[in-house]
Amino acid sequence: MKISTMKELLDAEVACCEENLDRHVYSACGSDMMSDVLAFVKDQAVLLTGLVNSQVIRTAEMMDMVCIVLVRSKLPTPEMIELAQESGIVILTTKTRMYDACGILYSNGLVGNKVKE
Amino acid sequence: MSEQVIFTFDVDGDDFTSAGQASSQVKRNLRQLGIAPDIIKRVSIAMYEGEINMVIHAGGGTANVAVTEEYIEIVLSDQGPGIKDITQAMQEGFSTAPDDVRSLGFGAGMGLPNMKRYTDYMDIQSQVDVGTTITMRVNLPS
Ligand SMILES: Nc1ncnc2c1ncn2[C@@H]1O[C@H](COP(=O)(O)OP(=O)(O)OP(=O)(O)O)[C@@H](O)[C@H]1O
Ligand SMILES: [Mg+2]
Repeated sequence: MKISTMKELLDAEVACCEENLDRHVYSACGSDMMSDVLAFVKDQAVLLTGLVNSQVIRTAEMMDMVCIVLVRSKLPTPEMIELAQESGIVILTTKTRMYDACGILYSNGLVGNKVKE
Repeated sequence: MSEQVIFTFDVDGDDFTSAGQASSQVKRNLRQLGIAPDIIKRVSIAMYEGEINMVIHAGGGTANVAVTEEYIEIVLSDQGPGIKDITQAMQEGFSTAPDDVRSLGFGAGMGLPNMKRYTDYMDIQSQVDVGTTITMRVNLPS
């Protein structure tokens, strides 16, 4: 799925790295605990979260993720935008809540564990 | 074991926002050295967990990363409170992190076991009231 498709499905705004909306992603994960993301996530390229601090971007960066979706109308801090730009990570923001956002993406084919590239 | 490339960083213990800077810089440096992406990812995650631990549990410290022909070695040293029982600290789910750390997205007690999982070698030296030094290595393919 293209990141631009995720944006449409979630009726999301782009907070940074709009130039990377054409990138394809194949799997996603959702969590507010970065500890768990670091410990349990494997190759998922998208992180959905309601947590807002710079370590969300750092975590995504270390795990080679390409897109972060902030759910429940959360907005990124200036530091988050700066860090995301350094790594080319797209930040989407949506009013949709975590459970619904995950469900919408999942039912449109964005699975939890990568099946194929 | 001929040439070594060494990176050294101070990790600021007062600033949660800037935590991860050293790991991020190492990630960039390893990319420049042409190290394989899967190796870089393992080093980045292990070092980042250790860097965050130094910030939230030990008031900061130093990070040294050496790249040899055989492996990448990360040494994290702090003068924090030390770890009383290392076996217990290595257990998944064991954490002494206070609630404010948990509200920042950390403190699940998964960091140390995750560092072990992503590296080929890990050693913890720690003394209560003196500090902690963690050495990790990720082997490079020959
Ligand atoms: N550098 C350190 N100095 C002192 N204590 C430490 C240090 N690193 C870890 N610890 C102790 O070991 C425990 C387990 O560490 P671990 O990284 O596994 O979990 P955590 O940091 O509490 O949570 P998480 O890593 O999941 O965010 C910590 O809660 C803390 O008590
Ligand atoms: Mg930890």
